[in-house]
This record gives sequence, structure tokens and C-alpha cells, in this order.
Amino acid sequence: MSLKKLSSEFTKGLIKENPVLGLMLGLCSVLAVSTEVKNAIGMGCAMTFVILGSNILVSLLRKTIPQKVRIPVFLIVIGSFTTIVDLVMNAYAPAIHKNLGIFIPLIVVNCIIIARAEAFAVKNTVLNSIIDALGMGFGYTLVLFVIATIREISGNGTFLGVKLFTGFNPVLVMMLPPGAFITIGLLMAVLRVFKK
Amino acid sequence: MKELILLLLATIFVNNFVFARFLGICPYMGVSKKIPDAIGMGLAVIFVLLIASVSSWFIQYFILNPLHIEYLQTIVFILVIAALVQFVEMVIMKTSPALYKALGIYLPLISTNCIILAVAILNIRENHSLIKTVVFTVGAGLGFTLALILMSSIRERLELADVPKSLKGEPLAFIIAGLIAIAFFGFTGMM
Repeated sequence: MSLKKLSSEFTKGLIKENPVLGLMLGLCSVLAVSTEVKNAIGMGCAMTFVILGSNILVSLLRKTIPQKVRIPVFLIVIGSFTTIVDLVMNAYAPAIHKNLGIFIPLIVVNCIIIARAEAFAVKNTVLNSIIDALGMGFGYTLVLFVIATIREISGNGTFLGVKLFTGFNPVLVMMLPPGAFITIGLLMAVLRVFKK
Repeated sequence: MKELILLLLATIFVNNFVFARFLGICPYMGVSKKIPDAIGMGLAVIFVLLIASVSSWFIQYFILNPLHIEYLQTIVFILVIAALVQFVEMVIMKTSPALYKALGIYLPLISTNCIILAVAILNIRENHSLIKTVVFTVGAGLGFTLALILMSSIRERLELADVPKSLKGEPLAFIIAGLIAIAFFGFTGMM
């Protein structure tokens, strides 16, 4: 396996096949947890861990999983890693765990993960699946980070909780649900302009 | 009784599942292009939601809690929901071809829809009784259907509108969803 092939497996998740903006997957959690950069990073880590774990396990078991029951098997694998993340975050990062709330157990139904298991890990070697998982995980985290940065700065005047300007009146609506929809809509439009 | 009606209205309007809680966004963007599709999808979601959340309520209180295996909640619920959707699909196909024709194509789509699992888990987290579970679930489904119908009727008109190329399709749909969400804030004051 050449290094060039590996690096292209990684970078495809960042831009060309970005799971959120390119493939329109996993939107619920992106919209919901992007109110603060801190939450976005926490969610990005949780997601990357679950994709990585499920991709590795599915790729290792790809010759043993019977074709007919593969979807339930994927669900159990993803569900197990989601439960691990849920319990670990509850123990070591309770504040972020509380902010993310229901969206931690909902990682299990996030289409990105099952899509990667079905479309990539079940057909590729472990090394390739690891690289693919990292690329997709970082691609997801990147989008989440950008949206959260825009929303936190415009809606609260802070970045990672640090106050940036004095005499700035934050646009509160950016922190509320409408701000999430409008930010991601504009971001998609801007990306389309640059893609041409 | 009054409490239940308030819970129903609050779930439909104030805490609308799409506009305030961001659940079920994927089908919301995918199916909200035509009004009949939106209605079909909405009915299928209400139907599956009811079966899924009532059965997961029983599983939580009669299996998981007595055995002290609450940490298996996520895995058990998702498997039960996936199996249930398959089962419902088979039953409808055998018993009522007309209903299957109306809902059939939407059923597989919603087995991994986050709104189903979310409602099941939220019912447990908020300690709802069985009656409250049913009311909350119906409210969630109606709110989702309302959001779908609103969006599809706007998008039907947008097809003919002259919009900038880069905004066409999803980007504009998101911005419109944002504007509808602002309008839904009006309901917060009413409760």
C-alpha cells in the first residue's frame, strides 16, 4: 500500500467526501451541539472514537460476518462503542456529557458510522479502514468546529469561553436553533461557490 | 387531563422535534419535496414511534431495571427498534396491501431515523408514565409531520422561484428551516 493512496483515503473525508457538507449525513448532531466550541470538540472526539472503533472491528470481522445479518451486527458493534463513550464521558467529562445530552446515545443511529461500515470497512483492510475512519472523523469534527466557532463568536462574543471583544452586542439568535440552520445553509452555499 | 394536553401542545409547538430539538433532520431534508410524500412519511413515523416507544417503555421498566442492566439501554433499544420496524413492515405487507402501498417505502427509511430512538430514550430520561409516554410520542410525531408539511409546501413553490445557483436546493432549505424556527419561537410565549 503506497503512502499516496493512504493519504488520499484520509483527505477525501476532509473535503471531497466530507460526511456532513458533501454527503449530508449526520446533520442532527452537527446542528444541535454546535452552540459552543467546547461542546463541538467533545462531540467530534466521541464521534471519531466510535467511527474508529467500529471501522476496525467491522474490518477485522469482515470475513466472518454473514452477509444477511450484517446490518444488525453493525448496530451491535456501533452500539457497544457508543455505550463505552457514553460511560467514559460521564465519568471523566461530566460537564460536556451533560451539554451533549441525548446526542451521545444517538451516535448509534448517526448515518455516517453505519455508512462507513457498510460502504468501506466491510470491504477493506484494517489499515485502510483506520485511515478512512480518521479522515471521516476529522472531516466531521472540522465542520462542527467551523460552525461552532461562527455561532459562538457571533452569538456570544466568546471563543472557547474567552471573551473576544468589548462593546460588542452578541446576536443571540445565533446561539438558538434558528442560528444553526442559517449558518449551515450559508456555509453550504459558500462551499458551492468555491467548488466551481 | 390538563397536564396531558399541555404536554401534547408543548411537544408539537414549543419543543418541536425538528425546529427546536434538531431530531429527524435527514428525512426532513430528503422527503420534504412534495406534500403527499411528506404526509406519508409523517404517518409512517407516528405509527412506528408509537409502537417503538411503548415497547421500549415496557422493556426499560420490566426487563432492564429489574435486572440492573440499564447501561445496555442504547444497544437493546436500537436492536428492538430495528427488529420492530422489520416486523411491522412484514405484517402490513401481509395484512393490508393498501396501507403498505401508502407507507411501505418509508418504513425501511425510518428504522435508523434518530427521532425514533430519541423519543424512546427521552421518555425514560424524563420519567414519563405510560400515558405520558403515549402523549409525548404522539406530540413528537405530529410536530415532525407538521414540520414536514410546512417545509414541503414552501419547497413546492421554490421549485419555480428564481434563486441564486449556489443557494438552490439544500442551502436554501436550511435557511428557510431557520426562518420557520424563528417563527416557532412565538409559541414559547404562549405556554
